Amino acid sequence: MRRLGWLRSTVASAVVATAALGALGGGEAAAQGKQLTLCWAAWDPANALVELGKDFTKQSGIEMKYEFVPWTSYADRFLNELNSHGKLCDLIIGDSQWIGGAAENKWYVKLNDFFDKEKISMDDFVPATVVGYSQWPKNTPNYWALPAMADAVGWTYRKDWFSRPEIQSAFKAKYGRDLAPPKTYDELKQIAEFFQGREIDGKKVYGAYIFTERGSEGITMGVTNVLYNYGFAYDNPKKAYQMQGIVNSADAAKGLEFYKELYKCCTAPGMTNAYMQEGLDAFKSGQVAMQMNWFAFFPGLYKDPNVGGDKIGFFVNPAGPKGHFTQLGGQGISVVATSEHKDDALAYIKWFAQPAVQQKWWQIGGYSALKAVVDAPDFPKSAAFAPQFLESMGIVKDFWAEPSYAQLLLDMQKRVHDYVVADKGTSQQALDLLVKDWTKVFKEQGKEVASSQ
Amino acid sequence: MTTILQPDHATIPGVSKPVTSRAARRVHGLSDRTIAWLFVAPTIALLLAINIFPLIWMIRLSFTNLNLSMSYLPLRFVGLDNFRDILTDEDVWFRLQTTAQFVISSVALQVVVGFGLALLINRQFRGHSFWTTIILLPMMLSPAVVGNFWTLLLQPQIGPFNYLISLFTGAPPSSFSMTGQVALAPWTIVLVDTWMWAPYVMLICLAGLRSIPDYIYEAAEVDRASAWRQFWSITLPMTVPFLMLAVLFRAIENFKMFDMVNLLTSGGPGSTTELVSISLKRAAFEKWRTGYSSALAIILFVTVFGAANIYVKTLNKVKQR
Repeated sequence: MRRLGWLRSTVASAVVATAALGALGGGEAAAQGKQLTLCWAAWDPANALVELGKDFTKQSGIEMKYEFVPWTSYADRFLNELNSHGKLCDLIIGDSQWIGGAAENKWYVKLNDFFDKEKISMDDFVPATVVGYSQWPKNTPNYWALPAMADAVGWTYRKDWFSRPEIQSAFKAKYGRDLAPPKTYDELKQIAEFFQGREIDGKKVYGAYIFTERGSEGITMGVTNVLYNYGFAYDNPKKAYQMQGIVNSADAAKGLEFYKELYKCCTAPGMTNAYMQEGLDAFKSGQVAMQMNWFAFFPGLYKDPNVGGDKIGFFVNPAGPKGHFTQLGGQGISVVATSEHKDDALAYIKWFAQPAVQQKWWQIGGYSALKAVVDAPDFPKSAAFAPQFLESMGIVKDFWAEPSYAQLLLDMQKRVHDYVVADKGTSQQALDLLVKDWTKVFKEQGKEVASSQ
Repeated sequence: MTTILQPDHATIPGVSKPVTSRAARRVHGLSDRTIAWLFVAPTIALLLAINIFPLIWMIRLSFTNLNLSMSYLPLRFVGLDNFRDILTDEDVWFRLQTTAQFVISSVALQVVVGFGLALLINRQFRGHSFWTTIILLPMMLSPAVVGNFWTLLLQPQIGPFNYLISLFTGAPPSSFSMTGQVALAPWTIVLVDTWMWAPYVMLICLAGLRSIPDYIYEAAEVDRASAWRQFWSITLPMTVPFLMLAVLFRAIENFKMFDMVNLLTSGGPGSTTELVSISLKRAAFEKWRTGYSSALAIILFVTVFGAANIYVKTLNKVKQR
């Protein structure tokens, strides 16, 4: 009987517990309609977005949940999620290069009707961000995202070192000009050479930090800043996908050679596989005089107690012999097609597009692409890096945004890293092989690839 | 004492004793074979669902042009095109060579170090258990942890490894990068893999050493055989089957090596340490070339399976001797 008593009480407890769990589950289910999951990369601006999102929750009653993944696995994780039609994300801030694949594969909800209905005009946003983050096909009025986080590659430098009289005079004695933020890549290399191995405050410092990462997109996002300015283009502007003689032009090969020279002469030891975080570490630890990195990190660097404030300066990616461009970064925000909360997700986008929200977004560490924010007269004075950001957004170029972008990117990672870091072959051979790789990818995609201009 | 509670059928309305006894007879009527199948069926179903079905599906995909990043394109049957592309691709052969070099170097080094450690640990000395535990620690760590902390140890400016080397060579610590130089990176992954897995080889060898009966050594000593002679004539021949087993296990594992190398070098510098497993991961989950990567996976599977089979046959012959 005691056994039966125990059994009864156990069953009773189980029933109560199940009922309680059911009630909890039911409550969660009831609240589920008012919760959105937003997916993005884990970095400084994501923290700012969490802060900003609290206003949305206050206004709408919709709870925001976030899924942030480190940059090194960001593409793998979320492209896998989108490919498998997962329901993790209602909203996604996807990389600019994903837009082609996301549109063609119908991973994102097309936003044209929604924009028309809510009177959201893409003319109100910086043109480069609309083309880069929202449109597919490019330069057509087909919108798949709202520009969310404008970004580009820029440079930081140690303003305090640059302003020291003994360093200035030593530089002038060597190069016959004043030490100032470089306007061209030749100037940048001279400055980097000047600082390389120099002792400052009893510590050996190095010239420049540049991207060299192999695994994801690092070295490509670095080298393109030089390549564009040496005459590299992705294809013939008059003949789409015609790459022979353009991707691998003699000028482009010179640009690639220059990047390797810069890497060899003027970077800190061991920077063979380094991207954003390694750059931040190198700069914050007082190791380098100049650092290539994304504008997204500059608010954090400016606030850094050791190297921020008066000690840090910013400059736009220097020009090269054939032009003045910089690599576009940043992302647009999209509604995931498999989301069960599309209306709520669209409500978030409508809220996010408001000028007041965009203004706050910029103030707390995000980068708005809304013209009303960035074209405001006081914008250049609103942050130490605002003028450089504004200038950079006017000269951006982006990598391929084709559905096959991942293959194109990995091919470039391989060819460039093989040449720059592993000393394999010549710059011309590296670019010739890249044309071969890309041609194969486009042919597999069913594109017609002309071999001559 | 266990009390078995029997329901009182008479008190349950609508249920009578004959029904229960019919059911009991039915259960009683199951043959041993049927009962065995009942027990095994869930495992077989699980195996079919998570092992065999994906394998068959992968074989099917390997004959298609499926690319998940372009799933809007029509799925086409491409016959043996993926296999032909792989087998005629110079890069794939280069990766296979890199993998073979890694497997041979690391397994050889692990066997030498592991066997040496086993010989040492096989003796009784003070602190024996303590040192055995210390030696076994690396293989208990996750490869991800090993990859990350060796990345720090090998960092040219702050990593202690370079300082240690500079003590012996006099070269400045930051003048070389173990993971960033073409000449050093392949050896670095061999070194870290050996550090992690030599203890595993040691365990297998230790089992071999302890299986040798003492009387054989006693007989050898009676015959005045030197320690060296005993090693060559007794210890080594009798542990060879164990060594071969260790080689088999480690070779198969290293052929599939991914996590540690990916964390240490990401396959770089350039493609210097890009093992075939890294290529496969890139093709499947970064380039999304599902058809192509399925074909590559099949080729690798057949290679490992074939090599392992030949090896096991050799191992059996050695055992029979």
